[in-house]
Amino acid sequence: MIGAEAIVKCLEAEGVKAVFGYPGVAICPFYNSILDSSIRTILIRTEQNAAHAASGLARMTGKPGVCAVTSGPGATNVITGIATAFADSIPLICITGQVNSELLGSDVFQEADITGAVESFVKYSYLVKNVNDIPRIFKEAFYIANTGRKGPVLIDIPIDIQNAVINKFKYPQEVSMRTYKPTVNGHIMQIKKVMGQLQKAKRPIICAGGGVLLSGAEKELRTFAEKYSIPVVSTMMGIGVMPTEHPMYFGMVGNNGKAYANRAMNEADLIIMVGARVADRAISQPDLIIGNSVLVHIDVDSAEIGKNAIPTIPLVGDARHIFEDLLKQELEPQDCEHGDWIDTLKHYRDTMQIKRNPNPEYVDPKQFIICLSEKMNENGVYVADVGQNQIWSCAYHIVREGRFMTSGGMGTMGYSIPAAMGAKLACPERQVVAVCGDGSFQMSMMELATMRQHDIRVKIIVLKNNYLGMVREYQHYTYKDHYSVVDLSGSPDLEKLAAAYDIPFIRLVNNHGMEEAIDAFLKNDESMLMECLIDPMDLVK
Amino acid sequence: MQKKVFQLLVDNTAGVLSRISGLFSRRGYNIESITAGVTADPKYTRITIVAMGDDEILDQIEKQVAKLVDVRDVKELKPESSVYRELALIKVKVSAKERAGVINIADIFRAKIIDVGPESLIAELTGNQDKIEAFINLLSDYEILELARTGIAGLGRGINNVTYLAD
Repeated sequence: MIGAEAIVKCLEAEGVKAVFGYPGVAICPFYNSILDSSIRTILIRTEQNAAHAASGLARMTGKPGVCAVTSGPGATNVITGIATAFADSIPLICITGQVNSELLGSDVFQEADITGAVESFVKYSYLVKNVNDIPRIFKEAFYIANTGRKGPVLIDIPIDIQNAVINKFKYPQEVSMRTYKPTVNGHIMQIKKVMGQLQKAKRPIICAGGGVLLSGAEKELRTFAEKYSIPVVSTMMGIGVMPTEHPMYFGMVGNNGKAYANRAMNEADLIIMVGARVADRAISQPDLIIGNSVLVHIDVDSAEIGKNAIPTIPLVGDARHIFEDLLKQELEPQDCEHGDWIDTLKHYRDTMQIKRNPNPEYVDPKQFIICLSEKMNENGVYVADVGQNQIWSCAYHIVREGRFMTSGGMGTMGYSIPAAMGAKLACPERQVVAVCGDGSFQMSMMELATMRQHDIRVKIIVLKNNYLGMVREYQHYTYKDHYSVVDLSGSPDLEKLAAAYDIPFIRLVNNHGMEEAIDAFLKNDESMLMECLIDPMDLVK
Repeated sequence: MQKKVFQLLVDNTAGVLSRISGLFSRRGYNIESITAGVTADPKYTRITIVAMGDDEILDQIEKQVAKLVDVRDVKELKPESSVYRELALIKVKVSAKERAGVINIADIFRAKIIDVGPESLIAELTGNQDKIEAFINLLSDYEILELARTGIAGLGRGINNVTYLAD
């Protein structure tokens, strides 16, 4: 057996079903060996999207997504995808081919120091120098990627190592790492302190981030919030921790969030922050919010606790385990009566809605996204891109039993289509809709070919306004309409483009016929491209 | 701004030093010195880092370093319960006439003269940072041609808080 075959055996042992990638000479031994396995290979059209697609798959399966690309430009192209996954703590395994190990460091054709280049965007990286290390390294890589605070792990494998004969292949049953031991269970004393504060609190709130979804703690969070009548808000990455219309859910916080959600945070006397980083877009002035309240910060990564705000009670551990332990504590729900507080928040929610004045000549993104949400399957997957479309999606998409995904931390344009493809591959029976703008669409429209080639039936919506809308909006406010490099003239006719890829197309020019258009768009499990014309001057705020 | 000394026990993997120093540069942490060397078990390297910052930054440094996959153990070496040592090599320009004066100062500090030439000598001094600073200050009457300092290595005193390699 050679190294390349060993890699495939490792992936099989980890239950990997699909690998996204783009071959080149340096990864060819691997792509030769994978033909003999049942693992599906998806030829993506640019390497960045291999990482995004693996990210979409990982978010649906809860297991690391895998991509495999060649050395040099193949590896450097994937960096943005890796950084995107790192910022949102998505587990990935990125396999990169590398030049012959004896030539490393001599700047030969397609050599790039990829382990050095991705250092600040990976949880860990390996450069394999001995073929016999492959089983151990893969076992460790999958473990590191998907435990503790999840994230991407890169494995760089020179071509001669892929071709070298491995003495004896044995995939380790267990990981034995002397140095890496993530904390799972929260400290019981801290858990008791949280319950003590909860008993005292008059206006408690839970602010849930992406960590809740990553640990699969949605059910436990909901049970806890319902049991003790605690209102819940979320960060952008936390959207979907509770159904949008759940009576205890009060929207997304942050500078692009709901005013009533931010007000709830400001007025709370106990904030339970869970799986969230207290990052600038969610909590722009942490001192103001926590100044008069007790802050409990629950996170699997102890370095996030105290980084942006100093908590009263730090609690390190996995969200699901911590909620399970919180639910075991003896505190009677009737001792936590927050009826007045909840009524206040409901009043804020009813009276603090943003008033929009949509231009009737165009499609109103608010009305469109609400209508789309209502017509999507209960468990449908909604993947939002980056830009104005993302802010509208966050504001108006109604999650029921489905998933909402977007690139939150890095804000990488072009994420939605490849991520939706990964999600669809993971869950072929579920409806998957990517919603992007005309800028982000053009960053990943080459993947329409991948969808066709591999029959990945993703539905795509382009909210088209002929502008890089989010930047235009910034220039509108900051530079008084002095627009610079935001005009998207020259964009393709999407109807012709869809025809070129043999993908059905629908155009919606204004709100008339919206329901029928969405019905037609969603009616069967086929790929479709839908274009909605949006007022170029529309604003998210 | 205050100074803290951290002692790290890390897996002796390829690139471990660059991972640690990269963490400091990318997060903008101030590092005064970093020294590294293998331990009794060659699988491990012991690293001593002197870092500067306010309390919150120093707390972050400790947590971020602990988070690195290669790092097995990180702890602060508090001055009252630790020993720190640094080695300095100092090449001083001295004429035959001046030589005795420098050797005199070196004797007081228990520095060793490890090289003597017609116009220069090299003194070797081991000690904590204050002692080395004081020695260099005293030599300021002479011309220091070259100076090499290792940065400090440190260990905690006693048998409490020892991280045993076998565990």
